[in-house]
Amino acid sequence: METFAFTVAAVLMAGAPLVLATLGETLTEKAGIINLSLDGSILLSAMAAFACAATFDSPWLGVLAGAGVGAAIAGALGLIGIFLGQSQLAVGFILTLLCRDLAYFLGHTFSRQPGPDLGLWTIPGLGDVPLAGPIFGSQSPVVYLSLFAIGFCWWWMYRTEGGMRLRAVGESPRAAFGRGIRVRLVRLYYCLAGGALVGLAGAAYSLAVKPGWGRPQGCEGAGWIALAIVIFGGWHPVRGALGAFFFAALQVAGIHLQEIFPSIPAPVFQVAPFPMMILTLLAVNMGRMGWVQDIVRRHPLFKKCSGAWPIEAPAALGQDFDPKKGL
Amino acid sequence: MNRESLLAQTGWFLAALALALLLTVIVCLPLGAPPLETIYVLFKGGLGSLSKFGRVLAGWVPLTLCAVGLLIPFTARLWNIGVEGQVIMGAIFCTAALRPFDDGGALHIGLALCAAMVGGAFWALLSGLLRVFGRVHEIFSGLGLNFVALGVTLWLIFGPWKRPGVASMSGTEPLDISLWLPRLGALSVSWVGLVLAFAAILAVYVLLHRSRWGLKMRAVGENPKAATLFALGPRRRLLQAFMLCGALAGLAGATQVLGVYHRLLPSISSSYGYTALMVGMMASFRLPLVPFICLFFAVLNVGSIQLPLQMGLDSSLSGVIQGVMVLSLFIIQGLRLWLKQRKGAD
Repeated sequence: METFAFTVAAVLMAGAPLVLATLGETLTEKAGIINLSLDGSILLSAMAAFACAATFDSPWLGVLAGAGVGAAIAGALGLIGIFLGQSQLAVGFILTLLCRDLAYFLGHTFSRQPGPDLGLWTIPGLGDVPLAGPIFGSQSPVVYLSLFAIGFCWWWMYRTEGGMRLRAVGESPRAAFGRGIRVRLVRLYYCLAGGALVGLAGAAYSLAVKPGWGRPQGCEGAGWIALAIVIFGGWHPVRGALGAFFFAALQVAGIHLQEIFPSIPAPVFQVAPFPMMILTLLAVNMGRMGWVQDIVRRHPLFKKCSGAWPIEAPAALGQDFDPKKGL
Repeated sequence: MNRESLLAQTGWFLAALALALLLTVIVCLPLGAPPLETIYVLFKGGLGSLSKFGRVLAGWVPLTLCAVGLLIPFTARLWNIGVEGQVIMGAIFCTAALRPFDDGGALHIGLALCAAMVGGAFWALLSGLLRVFGRVHEIFSGLGLNFVALGVTLWLIFGPWKRPGVASMSGTEPLDISLWLPRLGALSVSWVGLVLAFAAILAVYVLLHRSRWGLKMRAVGENPKAATLFALGPRRRLLQAFMLCGALAGLAGATQVLGVYHRLLPSISSSYGYTALMVGMMASFRLPLVPFICLFFAVLNVGSIQLPLQMGLDSSLSGVIQGVMVLSLFIIQGLRLWLKQRKGAD
């Protein structure tokens, strides 16, 4: 029981930044913008968060800096992609590579330096409760933050007017424009908000999950995993978060596997999430292939199960909207 | 849109360069690095002497092979982000082909080059198959396979192919000198590599601009639905495009193994796959520009090695400059479009 609780606690911790990044990208993509710069964004904001925390000796200032940097990168993507009409995929990819090198270049002096981290928060009275105690009683603040963010994003997207506007500009920008919503501006806002969440994910890495800065930091590739989880989660915040925890669980399992198979070199386990990512996307997308649907149609058992995990991308994902061209 | 005068085009290009320079200077300032001196050190490190230029050319060969290869899938509007992994796979297959031999000659090297092309094409085919039969977007499959290829390299270096006694990041046992690509005089670049790069440029030009295959490929890229109706076989062509690009990337991996490092290393690809993507975007995927941009980026890469030694800066500045240049080009292109639309509205 104890080990189970500690494993869950470890999964929550490892999953926290992935959840934040996934939620950020879900917000952005719901508005119809693809932000491919996640991987570089996370790295640069991780560097900025650590550098700021170490310079001013204040981890929470670092968290703010991380969110700011994430929002700034997403803002650059938003301006070039939405208002200057360049390919979102191309700009996002360039930003990934650029931010990655920028993080290593600017963070050079902070490499392997000591610095503050966010530490643990203890909730009084919860520690003695069986099961919940070891899991939630004493956790990193980023875990509480990520859990809060899941609920908040769901509430915002499906229970508020702002969330309705968000989904409108992603599903049908023309209709939204017709109703008087300033599509491009709304998209830019959610680009910034999503970027800030991605920045928080970076800060969560360098200040809590893998404290410190260096080359490599250890969060390389997390952005790409998060991008894939958004598809896996079908652009739904709660399902996306579940996907993030699923991947975190695989990572934690990888650490245990490493102890079981000491003959396999450690670096090999670091790439393990990536074949998993491809297989997951394959499994998710297979259902939409013609030949798979044929098989499903022929077997009544499959037919019952099909539709259990529907995947619908926002209809206007990645499409330009130019209000001058009108309705 | 493309019918602007040469003068105007040059002007816009210079504007992009100026913006890139400005952004680079802004990046250098927080570190207290004098920007102009940094840029001087960067270029002197790449062009300062003949032997340095030889190293630039040694980097130009794989970069050009990858960048030129990328034009083929891009003609069909496909993003082959997996070039990096295809370079690594080429290097692995090349090393695997040479492992049974202690020494050899031109025949063995030829065999290794062919094996590398097969390796790269195989890795690209996986990405293509995932896209065609699994609906996995090529960005994710390519990227994932890059990491998988890196994992395979690490496993080989620390596992079955480790050097007798010690296994370390320094790679496998070096190849016998008879298996190295012959050098061009005293320069560190091989003439075989240069010949391969020029041959690749020519071959891709003929394939894309002077063959029916290239014409059909372009049709697939412009309008996949129409291509299906006209029985141009978009799926088959898509796989072919990936495989050709992968083969060239594999060849780049082989030039790294046979010509530069003479062994398999974890960092065998030197990120040329990602740099080649930037070259492609910078050139807007126009073949005549590609070799020159590759040369410029190779100068930056070699020059940046001097930065930690002389200025105490991280060598990733070359990547920053490359990224900033492509981004500036996008911004300037966007501004151009915006100005044009405003003119049209008036």
